[in-house]
Amino acid sequence: MTVTVTTAGLLPTGDGPYDVTVVGAGVVGAAIARELAGYRLRTALVEAADDIGEGTSKANTAILHTGFDAVPGSLEARLVREGHGLLAAYAARTGIPLERVGALLVAWDDEQRAVLPELLAKAVRNGYHAARLIGAAELRAREPHLGPGALGALEVPDESIICPWTTPLAFATQAVRAGVHLHLGCRVRGVGSDADGHTLSTSRGPLRTRYLINAAGLYADEFDRFLGHEEFTVTPRRGQLIVFDKLARGLVDHILLPVPTAAGKGVLVAPTVFGNVLLGPTSEDLDDRTATGSTAEGIRLLREKGRRIVPALLDEEVTAVYAGLRAATGQEDYRIRHHPGRRYVTVGGIRSTGLTASMAIAGHVTGLLAELGLDLGERRELPELTLPNIGEAFPRPYLRADLIARDPAYGTLVCHCEQVTLGEIRDAFSTTLPPRSVDGLRRRTRARGGRCQGFYCGAAVRALFEKERP
Amino acid sequence: MTRTERHVDVLIVGAGPAGLAAGAELADAGAGHVEILEREQEAGGIPRHCHHGGFGERRTGGRPRGPYARGGTDGPAYARRSVAAAVRAGAVLRTGVTVTGWAGPRTLDTTGPTGLGRITATAVLLATGARERPRTARLIPGTRPAGVYTTGELQQAVHLYGQRIGTRAVVVGDEPVARSAVATLRAAGVQVAALVTGRPDTPFRVRRSGLPMLTGAVVTALHGRTRLSGVELRHDDGRTTTLRCDTVVLTGDFVPDNELARRGGLTLDPGTRGPAYDAAFRTSRPGVFAAGNLLHAVERAHVAALEGRAVAVPVLHRLAGTDLPAGAGQPLLVDAPLRWIAPNVTGSGGERPPGGRFVLRTDRRLPRPLLLVSQGGRELHRQRLLLPAVPDRPFHLAAEWLDRVDPLGPAVRVSAL
Repeated sequence: MTVTVTTAGLLPTGDGPYDVTVVGAGVVGAAIARELAGYRLRTALVEAADDIGEGTSKANTAILHTGFDAVPGSLEARLVREGHGLLAAYAARTGIPLERVGALLVAWDDEQRAVLPELLAKAVRNGYHAARLIGAAELRAREPHLGPGALGALEVPDESIICPWTTPLAFATQAVRAGVHLHLGCRVRGVGSDADGHTLSTSRGPLRTRYLINAAGLYADEFDRFLGHEEFTVTPRRGQLIVFDKLARGLVDHILLPVPTAAGKGVLVAPTVFGNVLLGPTSEDLDDRTATGSTAEGIRLLREKGRRIVPALLDEEVTAVYAGLRAATGQEDYRIRHHPGRRYVTVGGIRSTGLTASMAIAGHVTGLLAELGLDLGERRELPELTLPNIGEAFPRPYLRADLIARDPAYGTLVCHCEQVTLGEIRDAFSTTLPPRSVDGLRRRTRARGGRCQGFYCGAAVRALFEKERP
Repeated sequence: MTRTERHVDVLIVGAGPAGLAAGAELADAGAGHVEILEREQEAGGIPRHCHHGGFGERRTGGRPRGPYARGGTDGPAYARRSVAAAVRAGAVLRTGVTVTGWAGPRTLDTTGPTGLGRITATAVLLATGARERPRTARLIPGTRPAGVYTTGELQQAVHLYGQRIGTRAVVVGDEPVARSAVATLRAAGVQVAALVTGRPDTPFRVRRSGLPMLTGAVVTALHGRTRLSGVELRHDDGRTTTLRCDTVVLTGDFVPDNELARRGGLTLDPGTRGPAYDAAFRTSRPGVFAAGNLLHAVERAHVAALEGRAVAVPVLHRLAGTDLPAGAGQPLLVDAPLRWIAPNVTGSGGERPPGGRFVLRTDRRLPRPLLLVSQGGRELHRQRLLLPAVPDRPFHLAAEWLDRVDPLGPAVRVSAL
């Protein structure tokens, strides 16, 4: 299969319209494209940024949720539950870093402790039966670095941590290898529709498609308006997060969740698949869909909360502060709608659970396309994909004598804090979707993502990028 | 997992000024198989990319050269000379080999292009140095654009890789390294818009250099989407301003590269955040020594090299089996506003730190402070400094009182009046 990934110039028009075009190559759009790649369809995945996963997908809490606390009966509850199983299995097959560390939802006062049995009952209503209540003594034994005053917890053993960067990369890679066209740097500016489909006017010229899927994330409402729908408004909800250095990893064994309140899900502390510890997110409703900066107030708030949860955490070095925007829509559920007669599906309001639910959303959306009249034909299995391991749960290349014996580049470390080898950096540039920026390289390899932030390796990594860049 | 296992007499981690000097001294003294591991492709450490002068020992007879004075040896020449001395003495220097962890009290695992190794040593010397804290660790809010450097990255980008930096830069910090950042930027053709420091005054004499100096200003945010567009400052009078620039260099604020020491379970000093150590460079683990800026971030290269030579004596005792037990000394603690003291354990063998003095740092300026050393309320020593003690600059305390420490008594405290 020829791989078609374009980044500049006019879009190819020679082969007639696409059957389906997915707008937005975040984790959800990439999952949908991958699902569609299993059918004999001409599919395009269109993305305004110059890399996949450049929006909310790259800046979240990286948790694979069970959906134990979802709104029972909602579409989100069902898709999160299904998506958890699908993505866990997919991660195991492809090598996406995933660790089933489990969550402890910690009660810090009597009022919170009183809520735990209700949350347990809610988990059961959501079809999740493995949760259980544990007392203060067991909690202390399992999380000895927890701050004083923890009274008990709800244990959710299947809550997991996952790599948020590798997941959309795996989806998009598999989709592209199976024939989906990926057009990067392609911003959609308007849509004209007729009975046979849609013509997208983009920054790279027109694109004709029979069916259209809006997976535009933070811009899903604006995209909807291109087609005359005014059903919801995205209010970006900023989540600032702090990542602590690897020496903090020993302080935390589980995802430590707060008891949710009316104000939101609250601030959590969680290990990451790279061996760090994450603290966050804040929850700030904004107007600006590009406001992914951190603030002094946000950092102060997170440190104050973190000091209560795991006091020793605050003594550790910080390796990253970042902020992502959740696509909140004022409704406690996803806004996935198909528009009969319009050959159009909106996938909106996919908030913090989008990573978990992505594969189930893809299946659901494909079903909606069939309902709109698209003949999917027979489903075929996609060729398996194996990604290089960048997580800590399995040996990384620098620890593998077999790899180093075959190629000494895997024994040459470039990024010392994250132990990234020359071989891995070189390999990243010969993949189906090579990095187009130093940050893109970091998300694929972890290079220069550690405690020194480039003091030692920054110039060397940049030199490698400039030598190898596509 | 197949690892090549070996035994050496001395294993030195880090081929910077301290590690190379120790390797040269020990190999010269017939310490047996002395091996230096360096994770970078080139040995020499930080001086490799410091293209300013002032490296090397103070000249006798003349005035001591300031750390960033013109003339003297430049960093790369100093690095080459240090490497040559170690190799000439017979130390085995292996570059591109990374220590990835501990497999025993004096056993280290390594990764290199020839494969995985496991090296057990009679004596281990940690000389892993120090680094500047990056933007993230300083918790500077704002966007995450390109154009944000530490001096270390900037120097490598300019001097080792010839990379393009930008057009207009702000330099943050007033440690000596800030001056080096300014020189590097100017060498790269970057205009320096200002040198920014949070302190109300500065130890720099900047008038002659024509460099705009903003004192009493802290960086409160970085702006710019893909590329830095400005640095937001809050001044001590409450004003907020934004300096337009496409490059910012965050200088100084050094921390020891202590990960290996921590992973090995060595006791750290709460002040320096490096391994706690005594005047004989013993850490809390028998047979594991430390030297250089891992112990005190940071001193000049020649101080690190002096320590590298000095550590040879206790290491040789270790090899001969005549060493004294580690960890027998008393912790040496400082009271605020003193930040740290090094060495920070009193030791057990009557050794003196190099030059017969301790080095200290303070968090705030102290005009001619009186330093008091006491143990459990008993005064051991008092000493008036003749010059002010200034943040981020070394000052010293004589060590002759070490003999008066009660080895069975409580911790020894140092305070400033």
